[in-house]
Amino acid sequence: MYPSMLRTAGDWFADFEQLQDRIDELLSGRSMTSSIRAVGRAGAFPALNVGTSAEALEVYAFAPGIDPKSIDVSVEKGVLAISGERAAANGAAQGTKSDEPNVYASERFVGKFRRVIALPEDAEPARVEATYRNGVLKIVVPKRESSKPRQIQIASGS
Amino acid sequence: MQNQNTTMQTQQPQPVASAAQRSGPTLLPAVDIFEDAAGITLLADLPGVAREDLAIGVDGRNLTIEGPVRLGEATSLSSVYAEVRANHFRRSFELSSDLDTAKIDAGLRDGVLTLRIPKAEQAKPRRIDVRVE
Repeated sequence: MYPSMLRTAGDWFADFEQLQDRIDELLSGRSMTSSIRAVGRAGAFPALNVGTSAEALEVYAFAPGIDPKSIDVSVEKGVLAISGERAAANGAAQGTKSDEPNVYASERFVGKFRRVIALPEDAEPARVEATYRNGVLKIVVPKRESSKPRQIQIASGS
Repeated sequence: MQNQNTTMQTQQPQPVASAAQRSGPTLLPAVDIFEDAAGITLLADLPGVAREDLAIGVDGRNLTIEGPVRLGEATSLSSVYAEVRANHFRRSFELSSDLDTAKIDAGLRDGVLTLRIPKAEQAKPRRIDVRVE
């Protein structure tokens, strides 16, 4: 679960905005027909943002505090999967019975995770690149050459 | 024995000067907070926040953590799906008086902030020997 990243802090109107979002979500996308493998599990870890440009599809996974070596990114049959595990915070795990720390908040996600995204038809899964920076995993999936927009020269008939 | 009276409670964020200058929604980072005999440790998830952008402010008894999310995405990118819909993290906490705000230690690694707030010397638990007369 990763609800607090979706929560907006503080102001009173933010709650309404969120409610509005929720209603929009229920009334639009979700209940209508969409891809059988569409992304859409708000609150899951890691939170995902997906963007597209003429050249590529970019996926941002907000997965802080994970060793990049332990993140597994794979593409199989047009489905991109991100999986891994996040360990419990050191301080919480440490300490002997007699010196156990008092825990006041434990909101951060702990455990195994896996999220999948169906890639569009024009994606080129052979050239997927992934980078991890400041706790954000960025995955770039280039689009096929044939699907990129191109200019068509008009031959002048003479 | 641990000092059960020490509290570090989350509070409703209060209007701070920097917040007033900003418009739009902010993200509330998920935190872990735990206390041992020597102080309080706070872990906060701040994915996409660079070390140089992170601001940790102590104003009296208020501790505020904030920072912008910078992903370095291409400007031609159009969003097709977004679970993170704001680009600024902010959260405030009220510190109790037994914590030594002058000695806060902070580290940011892979988008996780670790704050260590030690207790003031007089607030640390100590054992009092009973003299036998």
